[in-house]
Amino acid sequence: MVTLASYLVLSAVVFALGLYAVVTRRNGVAILMGIELMLNAANINLVAFNKYAAPGAVQGQIFALIVITLAACEAAVGLALVLAAYRSLETIHVDEINLMRW
Amino acid sequence: MTGEVIAFYALAAVILISGLVVVSSPNIVHSAVALVPAFLGITGVYILLGAEFVAGIQVLIYAGAITVLVLFVIMLTEGGTGLRLPQRNEQGPIGASVAVALAVLLIAGVTHTTWGRGAGTLPAYTPGAIGRSFLGANLLAFEGTSIVLLVSLIGAVIIARKEE
Amino acid sequence: MGLAEAAAFPWYVELGRAIAGTVLIFSGVAVVAAMFGVLLERKISAWMQSRLGPKHVGPQGLLQTIADTIKLLQKENIVPRNADATIFASAVLVVPLAALLDYVVIPFGTTRWGPLIFRDLNIGVLYFAATSSLVVVGILMAGWGSNNKYALVGGLRSASQMVSYEIPMGLALITVALLAGSLSTVKIVDAQAHWWYAVEQPLAFLIFLIAAVAEVNRVPFDLVEAESELVAGYFSEYTGMRFALFQLGEYGEMFAMAAMAVTLFLGGWRGPVLPPVLWFVIKLYALIFVFMWVRWTYPRFRIDQLLGFAWKVLIPVGLVNLVVTAFVVMVGQR
Repeated sequence: MVTLASYLVLSAVVFALGLYAVVTRRNGVAILMGIELMLNAANINLVAFNKYAAPGAVQGQIFALIVITLAACEAAVGLALVLAAYRSLETIHVDEINLMRW
Repeated sequence: MTGEVIAFYALAAVILISGLVVVSSPNIVHSAVALVPAFLGITGVYILLGAEFVAGIQVLIYAGAITVLVLFVIMLTEGGTGLRLPQRNEQGPIGASVAVALAVLLIAGVTHTTWGRGAGTLPAYTPGAIGRSFLGANLLAFEGTSIVLLVSLIGAVIIARKEE
Repeated sequence: MGLAEAAAFPWYVELGRAIAGTVLIFSGVAVVAAMFGVLLERKISAWMQSRLGPKHVGPQGLLQTIADTIKLLQKENIVPRNADATIFASAVLVVPLAALLDYVVIPFGTTRWGPLIFRDLNIGVLYFAATSSLVVVGILMAGWGSNNKYALVGGLRSASQMVSYEIPMGLALITVALLAGSLSTVKIVDAQAHWWYAVEQPLAFLIFLIAAVAEVNRVPFDLVEAESELVAGYFSEYTGMRFALFQLGEYGEMFAMAAMAVTLFLGGWRGPVLPPVLWFVIKLYALIFVFMWVRWTYPRFRIDQLLGFAWKVLIPVGLVNLVVTAFVVMVGQR
């Protein structure tokens, strides 16, 4: 039987995978991919709660749609920043971008 | 063993295996391409949960637009020459242990709670219900999201433009 | 649940039906779209250029594409050195798969048991837009995996063209769904009982046709695979059966776009006397003829003209059309 807990466990594991990518990867684009995985895990949670805990309205799906839209905005701006950083600093590895350190 | 159980475990396997490739492949292009099966697996999970409009939007925006954007940026920056540099920094073990600890904590919390079941059923035609909700009770969120989209569109174009 | 529609059969029967449907779509598209479509293109272009076209293989040259396929099958499969072999090989799977997935929501006709459609999804039009956007990932993978700068530039240009033209296509689809009151293709065909939507929405029809031609990379929007400029664009390094699969994907997508235009704008399978499937086929081939006619008449656009046309002309016109249609529908319902 697939219960609410199975979906929540799945989204917890995907969230942990995304967190691992954000913490350990050097490439700026790889960090953004980890952030997208974390946002997707949150979306799975929202839609699962909509079906099991509050199926009378579609509030969870509305929230998930807004999160998808904001994730697209954030990916666009983040990737534009990576492109601009590559143009002036010639690198996208975040541990080499240390111009503002003393 | 109903079909729903088999479908759920098959989709979970697809999502987790491609997620592992995304976060741990030394080749950044392989990571980006492995995002597509992960997003398609999540689309399948949404269909199992009865959210077909969200599933369609997930394919259209995530697999069709965000993945393309990521691949574009990889191909326009040093994705070609940087393939042989190490992709992981020195925080590997710490990062892995933090992620595992968080996952264990969440899973323990989730499986030890008794979740109540809500009353009612999902509407059969969710696009209609979502549309009515966006133009009714959630109008402010809808308009606010449109403004955020406009601002980020203009911002991304300005930030990524070449200096003339 | 939303899509399950109270599935009356157990899961293995549904899985068997899905596999049988997949085999049917693949063989149908491979024979009708790829083989017959390529032959039709060569014959029509020959007729427009006052020459004869293929004549020798089979009666009137009908077996020409079969001969071409056998030739392609026995060519060597070359993988370029230093190319990423995994991505090179998987790009071949993604492009035809996304093109074939389009056929699931097209109603080919109606029988007394119901509409002749693989699955009447209640998000049919959205599903079509989503699968058309999956092709772009395959094209980027093909351009990157070839380890060839012409293929990479061709892949990037093709991807930006397809992404830019998805928006006018989506606007035209939304306008039709607004008029019909539903995203399901079967309900859209049912709503065209009095007037075809090509008559009520000529602007949306035109926008959809232009965007469809740009989505399949045909002239006048085929700069990305122009033989005189970029060798063959993103699939220059593919040989043998892989090249044949890319062609299958391209022609299959063209037929899918034409079938969708027939469903949304030309009344689907509706018609007075003949059986519904025959009407569908007649309208489909009429639109295919128009696509081929446009190909052999117009010169091609430059990449900046092409993208400027999408962003500066088609999107504003599509948006204004949508707003006016929404206003008329709302006033008409008062």
